[in-house]
Amino acid sequence: MPENTDAAILDGVPPTTQDGTALPQDTRDKARSLWTDAWYDLRRNPVFYISSLVILFLVFISIWPGAIAHTDPLQCDLINSQNGPSGGHWFGFDQQGCDVYSRTVHGARNSVEVGLLSTVGVALLGSVLGGLAGYFGGWLDAILSRVSDIFFGIPILLGGVVFLSAFKGGSVSIVSTFIILLGWPQLARIARGAVITAKEQDYVLAAKALGAGHGRLLLRHIAPNALAPVIVWSTIALGTFISLEATLSFLGVGLKPPAVSWGIDISSASEQIRNAPHMLLFPAGALSITVLAFILLGDAVRDALDPKLR
Amino acid sequence: MGRYVIRRLLQMVPVFIGTTLLIFVMVYGLGDPVAAMFGDRTPDPATAAQIRHDLHLNDPLIQQYWIYMSGIFHGDFGKASTGQPVSELLKSAYPVTLKLTIVAFVIEAVIGVALGLFAGMRRGRFLDTGVLAITLLVVSIPTFVTGYVLQYLVGVKWGIVKPSVGDGAPFNQLIMPGLVLAGVSLAYVARLTRTSVAENSRADYLRTAVAKGLPRRRVITNHMLRNSLIPVVTFLGTDIGNLMAGALVTERIFNIHGVGYQVYQGIVHNNPPTVVGFVTVLVIVFLVANLLVDLLYAVLDPRIRYA
Amino acid sequence: MTVIDDVSNVPAPDAALAPLLEVRDLHVEFHTRDGIAKAVNGVNYSVSAGETLAVLGESGSGKSVSAQAVMGILDMPPARIPKGEIFFQGRDMLKMSGEERRKIRGRKIAMIFQDALSSLNPVLSVGYQLGEMYRVHQGLSRKAAKAKSIELMDRVRIPAARERVNDYPHQFSGGMRQRIMIAMALALEPELIIADEPTTALDVTVQAQVMELLAELQREYNMGLILITHDLGVVADVADKIAVMYAGRIVEDAPVHDIYARPAHPYTKGLLQSIPRLDQKGQELYAIKGLPPNLTRIPAGCAFNPRCPMAQDICRTDVPPLHPVGTARGSACHFWKETLGD
Repeated sequence: MPENTDAAILDGVPPTTQDGTALPQDTRDKARSLWTDAWYDLRRNPVFYISSLVILFLVFISIWPGAIAHTDPLQCDLINSQNGPSGGHWFGFDQQGCDVYSRTVHGARNSVEVGLLSTVGVALLGSVLGGLAGYFGGWLDAILSRVSDIFFGIPILLGGVVFLSAFKGGSVSIVSTFIILLGWPQLARIARGAVITAKEQDYVLAAKALGAGHGRLLLRHIAPNALAPVIVWSTIALGTFISLEATLSFLGVGLKPPAVSWGIDISSASEQIRNAPHMLLFPAGALSITVLAFILLGDAVRDALDPKLR
Repeated sequence: MGRYVIRRLLQMVPVFIGTTLLIFVMVYGLGDPVAAMFGDRTPDPATAAQIRHDLHLNDPLIQQYWIYMSGIFHGDFGKASTGQPVSELLKSAYPVTLKLTIVAFVIEAVIGVALGLFAGMRRGRFLDTGVLAITLLVVSIPTFVTGYVLQYLVGVKWGIVKPSVGDGAPFNQLIMPGLVLAGVSLAYVARLTRTSVAENSRADYLRTAVAKGLPRRRVITNHMLRNSLIPVVTFLGTDIGNLMAGALVTERIFNIHGVGYQVYQGIVHNNPPTVVGFVTVLVIVFLVANLLVDLLYAVLDPRIRYA
Repeated sequence: MTVIDDVSNVPAPDAALAPLLEVRDLHVEFHTRDGIAKAVNGVNYSVSAGETLAVLGESGSGKSVSAQAVMGILDMPPARIPKGEIFFQGRDMLKMSGEERRKIRGRKIAMIFQDALSSLNPVLSVGYQLGEMYRVHQGLSRKAAKAKSIELMDRVRIPAARERVNDYPHQFSGGMRQRIMIAMALALEPELIIADEPTTALDVTVQAQVMELLAELQREYNMGLILITHDLGVVADVADKIAVMYAGRIVEDAPVHDIYARPAHPYTKGLLQSIPRLDQKGQELYAIKGLPPNLTRIPAGCAFNPRCPMAQDICRTDVPPLHPVGTARGSACHFWKETLGD
């Protein structure tokens, strides 16, 4: 490797020797890999802790909303319509006289479910298709590229409106299916690029020269090294998918009542914003904090995995 | 360059067919347009049969698509539920959305690039940290939330601007909706510009430019900016489509009678020709914008041209 | 004391003139997350017109950083020059204004970088990048600058210069790109050229051609040349004198032939022994044990002591000064006599 130390110092990265290994500084330098290194960085990053805590809390209230919300989000009394926050009902009541606090807490589940389902789906479909296309190249790659071009031709929000309006009742599974359907090409591109970079690394060529088969090469040598960008993108995507679900529900094509969803609540609150702004504030705040937490987590993970951009 | 343009144009043909077909299938293939038109009522069988015949719904889907597409090339987009030709709706709605998109695009490009440049050139300082934090916040808050909050605060509570946009959508009334529409993209542009500037400002060729004894101004404008803005220009171009799609949300908040409004009406009143017509035109705009961006990209970066 | 430099045949620069460039007690440090990295710790060297100085050292020895300090292209911060003087034609450049220094860059002192592909702007044609020198420094028109660029490309023997002037860096081969870098450095006929590993990224056969071209042009224009390299093989043919750097200091400094014949510092000796030689076929190749020090934690005493086969107690406590060895050389080793002797 050409002299890299001077440049490395300029980047604020510890000097390395000619073969790129870290110089001995202290014991923690021993056998540092990308992952242990990233973990070391994450543990020192307060943003990582804060966003993780928020996400853990969200997951907790999605599983046991009753643990912190004792009233039924669907049991509403018009007598309370638009009443502001009060002692027993911190967030006040909405148009239908439902408890906003309870609805906000119960709304987490649908958002988290849509976010998780669609991210897992997109990550699986995208990384498998993109990874195979990147690894094998040729006609498989050509076909995949054209197909994803077609999907890229439709802005996701527009596609969502067209696709989901064809279904009468929106449910978590339908909304997630749609997001997977239109979301995978983006991840496929990222995975494809990562695999192409990884497969040209010397150690992969070496493993190939030693007679490793396709399966072993992909799973043992390429996948672990192509994983970083996929993880970073997926974490951030989880947040944006939650936001997308809320937007679709807001437009009336995503989840539909009686489902409890932040998007629906924001949509109905928006009509009464002049009289009762609190109805908008709480679900909107919950939604924004959730999306922010995932984006921050993704950002922290990226910083840890890609130190050169600091 | 000529060969690149031709190759790129040829690539666009299957993408155009694929994308429009996908939309067509979503609307006509997945649901029953006639049942949808009548909502909860059961249609009179004779009427339903007549509509099916008029809309060619009894033909195979691919043939329907063909009939529809050849109609489009003759300017015939079918009829809306009101009996108005969809092409007339298009003519009245598109200029409005185009205006809104232009306002948003200018805001996005000017403010986004400026913020990104300042942040990228002062990395780690106060301004940089501030831009990073604010853009993150903007990305996290969904557009419809910022839209309502701004409308409520600026339009209703403080009464600085009119909370909704009047007929004809004059430019001055479109500034706030444009800002809302541009918000998330603006944040992305700022972050992308920042990263790009940061990457380029430590590039070897920039060191060369300094070593050549070029004045700082020239180093920044002719070498750093030019190179840093290439990915930003690409993003801006592809974002035109997203802005037009995002108008669905913004137009609803500010009561603007543009494409978003019409598509929404089409959905609410279950009118497939309106939806497909508007979306198809949007997709065409989107594809053409992408094509222009790719060509511009090739002009800006010779490595693409000769690849 | 034995006279040892009687074999030296340095082409004596005009004694009446001060050296073209003289670096005195230069220090450069970087403020990093892990502390202050002391990259250059008191370096002295000089170059006269027509003379070639080779600065030799491993990665992190400070050879590139000191050259960038001379050129004035260090990023400050994180870099800082706490101490030192850099005289060019009798004036201390560290005391000049930014604008004065800019006018020296490219016009009087030019630099050739290691990796021409990344050092040339990928989105501008080579003609534009060459012509920029004339347009900025001499105010030539676009057209005149282009004509000069073609001339320049001819000078460095790029075939079909007229047709290729509008091509982009990635369209050239590695050797041709390095010729373009040389052409760019040569454009305004500077007094001094600093070449930072100019051939490291090239194939061996191309390396020789590029080095030859550089040496030839240097003679023709009677320029001073600082050749920064880690490759002892490159140095032997072209350099007049050598400065060997280790951990930000010059450990040995001598006319080229003396060093090859009788190194006066254990580090230099180790470097020479680690060159494979045909007459030692079958023997194990010598390697200096250990790694270069971390610049934030340079060992006390002689920085080389943890790796030195001759280290004694004094090496761990006292920094060795540059002992004069004869008239034209120096060695920063407490045991330079012993090193020379065996």
